[in-house]
Amino acid sequence: MEKRVFFKGWWLPALLVAPQLLISFVFFFYPSGQAIWNSLFLPDPFGLKTEFVGLDNFRFLLSDPYYLASFKTTVIFSTAVSVSSMALGLYLAALADRLIKGAGVYQTLLIWPYAIAPAIAGVLWLFMFNGNIGLASYYLKALGYEWNHTLKGDQAMFLVILASSWGRISYNFLFFLAGLQAIPKSIIEAAAIDGASFWKRFGTIVIPLLSPITFFLLVVNIVYAFFDTFGVIHTITSGGPEQSTTILVYKVFSDGFVSQDLGSSAAQSVILLVLVGILTVIQFKYIERKVHY
Amino acid sequence: MKHLKAIIASIALFVMFAGTTVQAKVEIQWWHAFGGRLGELLDEQVNKFNASQNKYTVVHTRKGNYSETLNAGIAAFRAGQHPNILMVFEVGTASLMAAKGAYVPMYQLMKDAGQSFNPNGFVSAVSGYYTTTDGKMLSMPYNSSTPVLWVNKDLMKKAGLDPEMDLSTWKRVGNALDAAKAKGIDMPFCTCWHSWVHLENFSAYHNIPFATKANGFAGLDTELSFNSPVHIKHIQTLGKWSQEGKFKYMGRRNEAGKNFRAGECMLMTESSAGYAGIKKEAKFEFGIRHLPYYGATEAPQNTIIGGSSLWALSGKSKEENKATAAFLAFLSKTDIQAKWHQDTGYLGVTTAAAKKTKSSGFYKANPGTDLAGVQMMRNKVTQNSKGLRLGSFDQIRGIIDEEMEGVYNGSKTAQVALDNAVRRGNVLLRRFERANK
Repeated sequence: MEKRVFFKGWWLPALLVAPQLLISFVFFFYPSGQAIWNSLFLPDPFGLKTEFVGLDNFRFLLSDPYYLASFKTTVIFSTAVSVSSMALGLYLAALADRLIKGAGVYQTLLIWPYAIAPAIAGVLWLFMFNGNIGLASYYLKALGYEWNHTLKGDQAMFLVILASSWGRISYNFLFFLAGLQAIPKSIIEAAAIDGASFWKRFGTIVIPLLSPITFFLLVVNIVYAFFDTFGVIHTITSGGPEQSTTILVYKVFSDGFVSQDLGSSAAQSVILLVLVGILTVIQFKYIERKVHY
Repeated sequence: MKHLKAIIASIALFVMFAGTTVQAKVEIQWWHAFGGRLGELLDEQVNKFNASQNKYTVVHTRKGNYSETLNAGIAAFRAGQHPNILMVFEVGTASLMAAKGAYVPMYQLMKDAGQSFNPNGFVSAVSGYYTTTDGKMLSMPYNSSTPVLWVNKDLMKKAGLDPEMDLSTWKRVGNALDAAKAKGIDMPFCTCWHSWVHLENFSAYHNIPFATKANGFAGLDTELSFNSPVHIKHIQTLGKWSQEGKFKYMGRRNEAGKNFRAGECMLMTESSAGYAGIKKEAKFEFGIRHLPYYGATEAPQNTIIGGSSLWALSGKSKEENKATAAFLAFLSKTDIQAKWHQDTGYLGVTTAAAKKTKSSGFYKANPGTDLAGVQMMRNKVTQNSKGLRLGSFDQIRGIIDEEMEGVYNGSKTAQVALDNAVRRGNVLLRRFERANK
């Protein structure tokens, strides 16, 4: 079924690929190369002098139990953010898809949170759960539940997951809604006439037909949870308490830009690069096989 | 039409003149970390300087909290976009000192600019922090404070306690907290800057080393030593209070100050510079006490400073350095210093300012405001109470914060937490030593 196009000569294909290659080089190969190069050095913060240390930065990192623990934190955080925001996005999309009146209004309102930058979202949630002035923490206290995310790791984790997922629900909603609307009504109606219940139809027709979108969202959400959430974490917990919300990319940020340890930060970037590479290969090799286009 | 021409001509003329006067003035940048009331007072100082002469203009910019300001300064230095003056908190001092070439030492700056500048005019407990072992002053002390105990007298009364009761030892404080808890006071105790108060100052106050090699003053090969039995005892006590609901941990920096000012917290350990905000916002009667200590017989040593100094960063023109020198000399003037001390609760960092404040009757009118100064200078300093000079100390504080949070939430004992913090901190000290040898 594959279509192949052949070019005569080489300059036209080269010209057509060139912009993509250039972008990849400028935004990927060059910075990655720099990260790898920097990971071999131990510079002072001001950039006045630097020392070649070989693989010492990696040795330093891998002997740090907190660094190893942040892998686990990352897995918990990314899974929770991806799963919860996708599940809720799908749920809301399924509801909005069945709307007959006012669908446009609901859809617009549901997409709204996506327009809010992660750091701002973090501040908003922090405000609500602030121990001094937060409304949520005030009502929780009235109910007899002590809220103090500056001290309790599980509460802090819950809060950063909540704040990170919130905006993503809109994004996932949007894609799922488009996916749902692309499913031909005739198939579903045929199944309904055959006596399949709503859940039966949802499980055997809708879910498989949504699988390309679900797969796409899974990849995008994991990338989001891995890389785009440090604004939320920085504003809410700064990785604390006891590094219970320090995910890998936050550690790259905090060691590099807060602690000025650029050698270690670069080494962490390299490790993260390899990790995400492996993850992407796994996703495309194993999970994509289950996707029906 | 004629009218319009005249207007245009006068505007053009005005712009030309305005342009020339602006051009003639040398503009320098100052990055700092002060917002709120302190920010207003700082702005006042800058305006006063700008109005006092017509050669230089100082432009100040707030870059976030202390850590963020330091990091912004360092990042800007790497990019060659740094300000003339950078506010660096005491924790960053060792990092700056080690970065030879990143700054113009204060004594050099003043000498080059021909400013008369007397480093001996500063209180030695303060200037010692920013002076090399061979007596060269590298940065200019700006704001220095020391931790004290803040008392909400109204809540003390509500707890059935005498608001003037003796709170000089942690044992007596403990008794007061018990009474407060029994009377249903929600937040008997809170603290700001817990590492600074309960480990760093705690060490100096009890005359025990926080780190070897005279707390780092004597060399980069220093090692942390704040896991002694006395330290452990105190942190364990805080942990116990936290578990019993007598101590509420509100965050790593000065978050708890909000609770105190709102009248929720009965006793708070916080910098003496909490004064500016408390005086402005507190709707209750408050008192200032010396930091409590352990032991009824032995009198405590002195506490150490926190706060910041101003560093003149290198790579600026001679003219700009002159402006920097003029501004810093202006800041060290007695009336500026005395006003700053009285408005903020920061220590009077020059001897003359302290003297002037005393003779003006300020301490009599505002009881307790002299305590911080007394507490810092009550004894001859020992090598345990001179201060700290540790590299990567902002990061090490982060580690201490994390580990102590584990004690407060009951997930680990003080022994385990402090041992961990020492071990992890030492790794960073070695890394710093290696990067700066």
